[in-house]
Amino acid sequence: MKKLKYALFTGCTAKQSTPEQMMSTMAVARKLDIEMIELTEASCCGASHLQDYDDFLSLVLNARNIAYAEKHGLTMVTICNTCQLNTAMTKHRLDNNAELKAKVNEKLAEIGLEYKGTSNVIHFLYAIIDDFGLDKIKKMVVKPLSQFNIAPFYGCHNIRPSELHDESHKTKENPYNPTSLDDLIIACGAKNVDYEEKNKCCGFHIELQAPHTAAVLTGNAIAGATDQNADMMVTPCPLCHLKLDTQTKHASEAIGREVSLPVLHMQQMVGLALGCTPAELGLKHHVTEVNFI
Amino acid sequence: MSTNTITTQKVNFKVFRFNADNDYLPYYENYAMDVTSEEVVLDILNRIKWDHDGSFSYRRSCRHGICGACAIKVNGRSTLACKESMTTMIEYFGNEITLEPLSTKRAIKDMIIDKADFWDKHASVTPYLVADIDECPSCENLVSPHDAEELNEADLCIQCGACHYACPVVEINSDFFGPAAFVAAYRFESDIRDGDNQRLIHVNEEKQGVWDCAKCFECAEVCPKDINPIDKITKLHQMAFKKGVAKNNVATRHAVGFLHSIKKHGMLDEGGLVLYSEGVSIVKHIPVALQMFKKGKIIMPWNMPKSDKLDEIQKLIKSSSTVKF
Repeated sequence: MKKLKYALFTGCTAKQSTPEQMMSTMAVARKLDIEMIELTEASCCGASHLQDYDDFLSLVLNARNIAYAEKHGLTMVTICNTCQLNTAMTKHRLDNNAELKAKVNEKLAEIGLEYKGTSNVIHFLYAIIDDFGLDKIKKMVVKPLSQFNIAPFYGCHNIRPSELHDESHKTKENPYNPTSLDDLIIACGAKNVDYEEKNKCCGFHIELQAPHTAAVLTGNAIAGATDQNADMMVTPCPLCHLKLDTQTKHASEAIGREVSLPVLHMQQMVGLALGCTPAELGLKHHVTEVNFI
Repeated sequence: MSTNTITTQKVNFKVFRFNADNDYLPYYENYAMDVTSEEVVLDILNRIKWDHDGSFSYRRSCRHGICGACAIKVNGRSTLACKESMTTMIEYFGNEITLEPLSTKRAIKDMIIDKADFWDKHASVTPYLVADIDECPSCENLVSPHDAEELNEADLCIQCGACHYACPVVEINSDFFGPAAFVAAYRFESDIRDGDNQRLIHVNEEKQGVWDCAKCFECAEVCPKDINPIDKITKLHQMAFKKGVAKNNVATRHAVGFLHSIKKHGMLDEGGLVLYSEGVSIVKHIPVALQMFKKGKIIMPWNMPKSDKLDEIQKLIKSSSTVKF
């Protein structure tokens, strides 16, 4: 197989509050011999909030990010569900509206760029599954996580709206019963935990304005996984991770029950199975300690 | 002539049963049926009533996706029973299918729920045209096709409640209007003839309004009319800024804060955003922030990373901004 090469859009949290996410992404890429060209010019995607204020500006900035991936002639890989949603949504809107695309390109021309629509945008989870292949990962596992029950937490912005996401990846994900992350857990040798909240919202985006609602959503998710005997959770989204990992106190208070589970990033789980060290994967950067590895 | 082969599958239906007049608790009844590829969910409800139990109750009327009466939950997914094919449901969920009302806690009898909260919220967003129109006009009150497009199909809503009872925020915060009420608000806010000046303020209030939307996209996924309610919620956010009714509060500052951060760093300054949004209330985040700091999850302002070619980003912000707050 030809060596895989992607333009990596890291997003903002990987450079700040989830350094372990950046570390584990690169560690897994090295193990799988995937080349990542980091888009250091990229701006924040607006995290689904900037567009509430200024939709056009949000489009222009996201189009600029994609234009840099196009310049490299590479598929853009995201490592955050919300980055994926915002970038893929921009791509969808520009690819299906010539007038809007022309307006955006008029602005990009000021900095000598053009959005063409030639680069696909895909989350790393689906890049691993679609392009690298689950079977190949399975064969590369050196430390199967066979003693663990792992609860997948998919994160809204990778599975909904499903029509949008079906455009970017080959894996056909059922938004009501998603399976990609379950399949990856099994490939890593662990047992996947089925629970009602696996495709539900963690509440991250209303953490500041509606803290109680956000905390209940987080609490319900961890409680659901706990009740199905999960030893830990795993998520492809750093925003879900922040919520599930750092907000357990508020979540416990909100649902009137003590809840706390270690939460791995999808990349950390794969990394552990492939034999990366806890240090390489940044496991010490979690607030809810991962102390069983 | 093309032949469409009708296939049959065995399906086990687990059906929610409850009669508020007699039952202390709800229970589930099982029905095993052969389901053909031609059937929709409503056909199953009909067959349960006609072939198994005449007391089984559900709302239905038009059978054409217009009246919005027959929405229920299939394996937890809000579904308009007359529109959704059983083949799709089996594809989604396999051969064990659970039928429940849109909201089990609001059940009156089997699939029938008390939808009062939905209608109250719908009514409270002034879901009608407020316009000073001559009772005996001398000419038609025309809306150009271009202006009609501004509705973005929000007028297609049939008030079935599928999105409302799929919304996780409605479930937790009983004040929250919910996606259907926001669609109704948007439908009239975007109507060029409308002159109401309170509706937009009303749907922007804290706790009840659009700013409490969790952005989970459940509403977009379930809408049987493909209205995309969250898109209308986003447009209501934008309208609030454009029409100058956005209040200066934590939610609006959270949206505007992204712009300030991107202008300065290209990337989002996480700590800066929380400070900008919360103001002095940032103190409540200190305990969690300290825990995060200990784990190397907080970057000090002087170490804040910046995007390369920040000048390009700043240039674009200058030339492409369309709103001022």
